[in-house]
Amino acid sequence: MTGQACVGSAPRLHGAGSRGLLLDVAAGAFCSRLQQRVLALAERVRSLQGVEQAVPGMNNLLVVYTPALVNVNSLGEGLLQCWGELIDVPTMGREVEIPVVYGGAAGEDLPLIAEQAGLSVQAFVDLHSSGQYQVACLGAMPGFPYLSGLDPRLATPRRAVPRMRLEQGAVIIGGAQAGVMPCAAPSGWHVIGHTQCRLFDPEREQPALLQPGDRVRFSVAELLS
Amino acid sequence: MIEILTSGALNTVQDLGRPGYLSIGVSTGGAMDRLALSIGNCLLGNPANSAGLEIAFFPFRLKLHADCRLAITGADCDARLDQRAIAPGWACNAKASQVLSLLPPKRGARCYLTFSGGLDVPPVLDSCSTDLKTGFGGLQGRGLLRGDRLAVAAPAAARRAEFGTALTMAFAERGAEVEVRVLPGAELEEFDESSRQAFFSQPWVVTQDANRMGMRLQGEPLRLAQPREMLSHGILPGTVQVPPSGQPIIQLADANTCGGYPKIAHVIDADLWRLAQVPAGTPLRFVPVDQEQAVAAQDALERQLVRLRQSVSYVLGAFTNFPASAYL
Repeated sequence: MTGQACVGSAPRLHGAGSRGLLLDVAAGAFCSRLQQRVLALAERVRSLQGVEQAVPGMNNLLVVYTPALVNVNSLGEGLLQCWGELIDVPTMGREVEIPVVYGGAAGEDLPLIAEQAGLSVQAFVDLHSSGQYQVACLGAMPGFPYLSGLDPRLATPRRAVPRMRLEQGAVIIGGAQAGVMPCAAPSGWHVIGHTQCRLFDPEREQPALLQPGDRVRFSVAELLS
Repeated sequence: MIEILTSGALNTVQDLGRPGYLSIGVSTGGAMDRLALSIGNCLLGNPANSAGLEIAFFPFRLKLHADCRLAITGADCDARLDQRAIAPGWACNAKASQVLSLLPPKRGARCYLTFSGGLDVPPVLDSCSTDLKTGFGGLQGRGLLRGDRLAVAAPAAARRAEFGTALTMAFAERGAEVEVRVLPGAELEEFDESSRQAFFSQPWVVTQDANRMGMRLQGEPLRLAQPREMLSHGILPGTVQVPPSGQPIIQLADANTCGGYPKIAHVIDADLWRLAQVPAGTPLRFVPVDQEQAVAAQDALERQLVRLRQSVSYVLGAFTNFPASAYL
């Protein structure tokens, strides 16, 4: 973790349109300790007068409000005050295990990106499945987790030409990020395996399987050659 | 019951969308021109959030299988009920077996069809809107196809006086410049001086690359004074991003919930409907306003709808319980 470097960053407030306010606390690279505080802030501000939604990003928080119910300046002051009060934040979130069938037709990039990393397929899978990942936030697609914690040895630049379709459940790597596809969509990320877990189901009571703050572990259901 | 006879593949069922799910990555969605959908529902005395059809691909035809009242709002599409011409902004009585047809718009880009009681489709995550990207909501999460049938919630609505409204029907002539008001984006000051000037002074042409997710514009490219790496953050419809190409993109109803490009401006909520009605090739001009003006513009729109609602109640009698000021 980047630890000390990110603690002292000064929060910045930016208008984000007719009814949005963005609190940005990023200090360079993403910091997961700072993110814990952002997630705690999101919980706290949802109960403030006039706040409709609190949307965590990567070391930032978008607050959607009703201008008729709260003045933007007093909302901003309220946000900064809450942020200042949240110094010691307990770790939140659950442990979630995602069983993965690595390799095979549904993980076709595995041999190639293992080779590019200078690792055997087995070693690549061991590193991927022994990592402790954290859900920083959800976005881009419904239920899609921004996961931090990928071992840097597994980082792989995105494909020059994106695929027109990756299937729901594809376990993927793009740059320094790990991910899982919640629905079929075009993607430039590499696919190393497949999971039966459904990350998003609008009919479920909790449509998104993962919540910000959750800790994720990928387990090896099978390794196909 | 209505039956689709002719439709482009991306015409959809929409209501006012599903706000409240951005934090799990679900787009706000809903009608691109919320004002037009709201006016249609208002003319029919429908609950504010009733589902209607958003028609952006033409020609379009549907057949009625029961008597109902319907309203046609938004773009001027030379609407006809059988042979009878129906003006935009008009609520009328329609009979079983009649065919409603729409031609490509003479002005505007999207037409809204609303029906007495609204369309009866099951809500998903509190909304009947179609989320095309993920494939849920509306009619099986997809666009309309020939042969589709949709139930109208109150088909047997009594015949009533017919009337219309000219509210917001002042669409620009095709090719004429359209002004939209913007608030400053977080990174506005990080663009070099000539880019900041160019953003507000040059007309930006709406490209063909425009849909429910967003709208790419073309003009003199915009440059940051210093390159900038940003972490992903939540974005709302109306956000004007500038990717490395320097050509702005306006994020719209079905935009991704997160983005990482610098934001030069935000189109105010009160002008999002204008963007929904500009066809490709239209020159857009951005006019800077402040927060107070943005709030005042939204209040003005809502007051117009309240007045319309009062007039409709007067014409039709107190036919339904309108929730106060919930139309946008």
